[in-house]
Amino acid sequence: METHSKTGKGIGARLTRKEDDRYMRGRGEFVADIRLAGMKDVAFLRSPLAHARLHGINVPERLRDRVFTHDDMTGVRAIRAVTGLPGFKVSEQPPLATGKVRHVGELVAMCLGETRAEAEDVAAEIDVQFEELPVIVNMLQGQRSDSPLVHEDWGDNIYLESSFDGDLTEAKAAAAVTVTKEFRTNRQCMAPLEGKGAVAYWDSRLEQLVVYTATQMPHIVRTGLAECLGLDQAKVRVIAPDVGGGFGYKGILTPEEICLGWLAMHCGHPVRWIEDCREHLTANANCREHHYHVTAYADARGKILGLEVEASVDAGAYSAYPFSACLEGAQVVSILPGPYVIPAYHCKTYSVATNKAPILPYRGVARTGVCFVMELIIDAIARAVEREPYEVRLENLVPASAMPYTNITGKDFDSGDYPKSLRRAVEEIHLTDIRARQADGEPDGRLIGIGFATFCEQAAHGTSVYSGWGIPMVPGHEQAVARMTPGGSLELRIGAHSHGQSMETTLAQVAHEVLGIDPAKVKLVHGDTEYTPYSTGTWGSRCAVMSGGAVATACEKIAERAASIAAYLMQVSTEEVRFENGEIVGPTSSMSLEEVAQIWYLKPQLLPPDIDSGGLEVTVGYKPKTDSGTFSYASHAVVVAVDPELGDVEILDYVIIEDGGTLINPMVVEGQVYGGAGQGIGTALYEEMPFDAAGQPLASTLADYLLPGPTEMPHFRVFHMETPSPNTKFGIKGIGEGGAIAPPAAIGNAINDALASLGVELCESPMSPRRILAAIAEAPPREGA
Amino acid sequence: MKSFAFDYEKPATIVEALALLGEAGDDAKVLAGGQSLGPMLNMRLVRPRRLIDITGIPDLHQITDDGDAIVFGACVTHAAIEDGRIPDPTGGMMPNVAAGIAYRAVRNRGTIGGSLVHADPAADWITTLAAIGAEVTVTGIDGQRRIAVDKLMVSTFETSLVAGELLVSIRVPKLSSDAKWGFYKFCRKTGEFAEAMSAVIVDPARGDIRVVIGATDTRPVVIADAATLISKPESIATVIEENGLANDAYDAQVRRVSLWRAIEQVMP
Repeated sequence: METHSKTGKGIGARLTRKEDDRYMRGRGEFVADIRLAGMKDVAFLRSPLAHARLHGINVPERLRDRVFTHDDMTGVRAIRAVTGLPGFKVSEQPPLATGKVRHVGELVAMCLGETRAEAEDVAAEIDVQFEELPVIVNMLQGQRSDSPLVHEDWGDNIYLESSFDGDLTEAKAAAAVTVTKEFRTNRQCMAPLEGKGAVAYWDSRLEQLVVYTATQMPHIVRTGLAECLGLDQAKVRVIAPDVGGGFGYKGILTPEEICLGWLAMHCGHPVRWIEDCREHLTANANCREHHYHVTAYADARGKILGLEVEASVDAGAYSAYPFSACLEGAQVVSILPGPYVIPAYHCKTYSVATNKAPILPYRGVARTGVCFVMELIIDAIARAVEREPYEVRLENLVPASAMPYTNITGKDFDSGDYPKSLRRAVEEIHLTDIRARQADGEPDGRLIGIGFATFCEQAAHGTSVYSGWGIPMVPGHEQAVARMTPGGSLELRIGAHSHGQSMETTLAQVAHEVLGIDPAKVKLVHGDTEYTPYSTGTWGSRCAVMSGGAVATACEKIAERAASIAAYLMQVSTEEVRFENGEIVGPTSSMSLEEVAQIWYLKPQLLPPDIDSGGLEVTVGYKPKTDSGTFSYASHAVVVAVDPELGDVEILDYVIIEDGGTLINPMVVEGQVYGGAGQGIGTALYEEMPFDAAGQPLASTLADYLLPGPTEMPHFRVFHMETPSPNTKFGIKGIGEGGAIAPPAAIGNAINDALASLGVELCESPMSPRRILAAIAEAPPREGA
Repeated sequence: MKSFAFDYEKPATIVEALALLGEAGDDAKVLAGGQSLGPMLNMRLVRPRRLIDITGIPDLHQITDDGDAIVFGACVTHAAIEDGRIPDPTGGMMPNVAAGIAYRAVRNRGTIGGSLVHADPAADWITTLAAIGAEVTVTGIDGQRRIAVDKLMVSTFETSLVAGELLVSIRVPKLSSDAKWGFYKFCRKTGEFAEAMSAVIVDPARGDIRVVIGATDTRPVVIADAATLISKPESIATVIEENGLANDAYDAQVRRVSLWRAIEQVMP
C-alpha cells in the first residue's frame, strides 16, 4: 500500500537529503555564523525575581550609552496577542520590562559590548531596585479567588475558560465502571539544538530594517516587528537562515527581536544576540504544564459511555504572539477525545496566568498531555473490566468503516484505519511473548511492562478552524512561486521555512513528480521575506500539505505551459506529450525542459501564438478541498524494564505503526518520528523544570535539566501505513509532530503495567525514579504481601 | 554566559608553575583539562585573574612503576585510563570507573589530578581512590608532601591543599591478584552526575577491606574496616542513616541499593 516512486526521485522515494551536503560538512549558516562589520553583541539583564515591582534601574554614568531600558524605547509597542474568543483576557508584554516583572528571566535591560563577555560585564554593573511581590507558581492555587494577581487589572488569573458542555446523565446511569483519576504533566523546556538568536541592522540603501533571526515564521515576525516598531512592513525584512530546530520555540515574535530591531535603528550599527543555554532553561521553561481531573464512565466491556474532565493549563505570564496563551487550553477541550468514539463528553479548561515564562506550543502541543490522560484512563478502565488494554482500545476506536467521521467535538477525521494500526502494533511488539516473559519473572529482579497508546494528529487546519479563534494570524491560501530558469532549472519560493522538515528535498520530489525534473535541478528559496510569498510559516505540521500542495499546483501550471510550447514545436496536441526524466516526450520526438525554457526566455519568436503570457513563472495559492485539517495517526507500543529498587526505567523495545497518508519521503518521515519520539521520551522520563515557592526555576543547567541522549534512545521500529487523505494533493497528511505525542502515554502505561502487581499507578510525568519509588512506597498493601 | 576576562599562562615546568601560583596568590586557578573549571568560568561562578595551564608540563604526564604501586602524573586523562593505554594496578577497577565518567568528549580532556583537586562530591576518583587507599603527592615552594586520598577532600570543592600548592601525582597501590573490587553508581542518565555511589575493596593479602560511600553532600564516608559490614549487608540501612546520608526516603533508598550492589560484586 506504500507509494513507491517509479523513478526513485518522486513522491514515495527515500531520496537522500539535499541539505545534508552542507550540514554534514559543517557548512550550514546559522544566525551565530553571521559576521557583519561593526557588529556588537548584546547581553540582556534579566529579572532574577518571578514577581516584583520595578522601582528603578541604576546604570553607572560611564556605561549610560551602552545600556537601554524600557524608557529609552519610545514609540515601541508592547506585544499583544488577542483572540476573538469571548472572555479572553489580553496581556501586554513590553519588550523590556516596565512597572512590574512577571517571571524569572523577563528582559529588564539591554547591554552592548564588543563581545558577549563584555556585554555581560556591563550587565553585571547595573543595579535594579525591585520590590518583591507574592508569587503565583501553582496554577491551581492561582485560580483561587484569594490568589495574588499576575495582571492586576484582570480580577483573576484566568486568560480564558473553555468548555464543551455535554450531558452525562445517561452515561452515569448506565455505567458499569467509573474511573476517576488526577493527572499532571510537568513544565519543561523545548531545548532545540540551536537556541534563539538574532542579528539586526539598518540597511540605508534599501531603507529597511534587516533582521536575521532563528525563526519558523519569517513573515509573521516581520508583521509583528512592523507593528511593534511602528514601521511600514515594506521597511522590515526578516531572514531565517539555517535554523537548528524550532519545535514551536521559534514560532513566535520574541521581545529580543523587537529590542534588537529597535537598537539597530537607534545605534546605526549591526547588533547581535545569541541565546545561551542558561537563558533558555531559566527564562524559557514554557511548555507542557497541565493538570486534569478526569472521570470516565464505561460499560462492562470497557466501552466508554462518557467522559467528564476539568483541566488547567499553566500558560505563564503573557500571551505570546501569535498563538496566545489559550491555545493549549482551548485545544484540550476539542482534542481530548482523541481517536475514540465518545458518546457523551463534558470538559472545562482554564488557561491560567502564573509567574512563569509565556506558554508556547511545543511539538504536539496539547495532544501530548491529552494523549497521556486518555491512554492512561483507557488502561485504568481495562484493569477495572479485566481485559487487555488493547482490547478496550479496539472497543472504542473510530473504525475504518466510519471514515470520514465527525467526532463529538466536531473534528472531521478524513481517513484512516485506527484499529489496524493498533492490531499491527500488538503483533509487532509480540504481546503474547511479553505476557509470558512477565509471568516468568526476570533473573535480575526487574519488572517488565508493556504499554500502548493510539492517537490522531490534526495538521494543516486552516481558515475555517482558526478564524473561530481570531488570533493575530489566521492561515489562508498557501502560496508558492515556481520559476524555470533559462538553463532548465526550477526555482521554488515558499513563505514557510524548513528547519528540520527537509523541504529542500521533499518539495524537489514533488516538483519531480509533476515535471519529471531532476531534484538536483530544483532549488528552494525560503526564509527571506524579501524573496518569498507571505505565509504564516512552519507550525502545526502544515508544510507538506500546504507548501507541498502549493508547489504541486504551481508545477502543474508550469507543466501546462511547457507542454503547450513543446507540443506546438513537435506539432502534436498537448494530450500527446508527457513529462519524463527532465524531458517532454511526444509520440515521435522529445524536447528537454531546458530547450523549452530557452525558447520562452530567449527565443520568443518560436512560441505558440496563444501561449499564456505568464510563461514559465507562476505564483499560485492553494488550500485543500476541506480545510479542517488532515488526520495522521499512530499506535505506539513500548516494553520497559523497571528496577523496583531504584525506580530506573529501561526501554527494551519500541514499535511505532504510523499512518501519515501518502509519504513524500518515508526516510524523512522516519527521521521526524525518531526525533519526535526522542523528545517524547524526554517528556516521559527525564525533562522537567521544577520551580520553588519563589518562582525560581531550579534546573538551571544541563546537569539538572536532563535531556535524553543517544544512550536513552531505544532502537525504534517504525512501520508505515499509508491511507491517503481525500482532500489534499497526492493524499499527503501532516505528520511532523506525531512522534512526540504518544511516548509519555505508552511509556506511562508500560510502567504501570510493570508495577501493577505492586498496586502502583503513576499519573504524573516525567516518571522519574523519585516518583516511581514514592509510588511504590505509597501503594496500598497487597493481599498476601 | 561568558567568562570574565583573565590572563593565561602555560608554564613548561613545575617550578615555573609554582612561581606563577605564588605570585598570583588567590587570584589564580590551575587549569588542566578544563572540564570542570570551564563551565564554572562560563557561568561566572569563579573569577580568577589568571589561569595557569599545567598541561604543558611533561612531568605531569609521566607514569612510573615503583614496585608496589603505579604513580600517575596529575594530567593523565580519564580516557587514557579507560582505554587501557597505561598500566592498571587495580585489576580492572580503574578502567571500569574511568569509562563511566561523564561523556567520552569530557574524558578525552579531563584529568585524574583535576578531578581530585576539584573535589566535587560526585567525582568518581575521589570515591574510588579513597577505597583503593591511594595517595597524592602535592608540591609547594616549601617542598613536597603526601596526602592520603581519603583525607584529601575536606568538603565540597575544598581540599587540604594550601595556597601555592600543586597536586603533581597520584600513587595507586597495586591490588593483590586475588583482590576483589566492587563499584556501583546510580545516575538518572548515562554520563550524568551520580545520585549515589559506592566503592568496595576486598584485599585480605594487603589487609585491606574498605567501603567508601560517595556522592554525598560533601566528602565521602570511608569505612576503613568494612569486613563486618560486608559480611552483614542487612546493616547497610543503619550505616546510611548513622552517617547522616538519608536526606529523605528516596535518598536513603538509592544509597542503600547502590551500596548493596557494590558489595554484591565482591561476594563469592
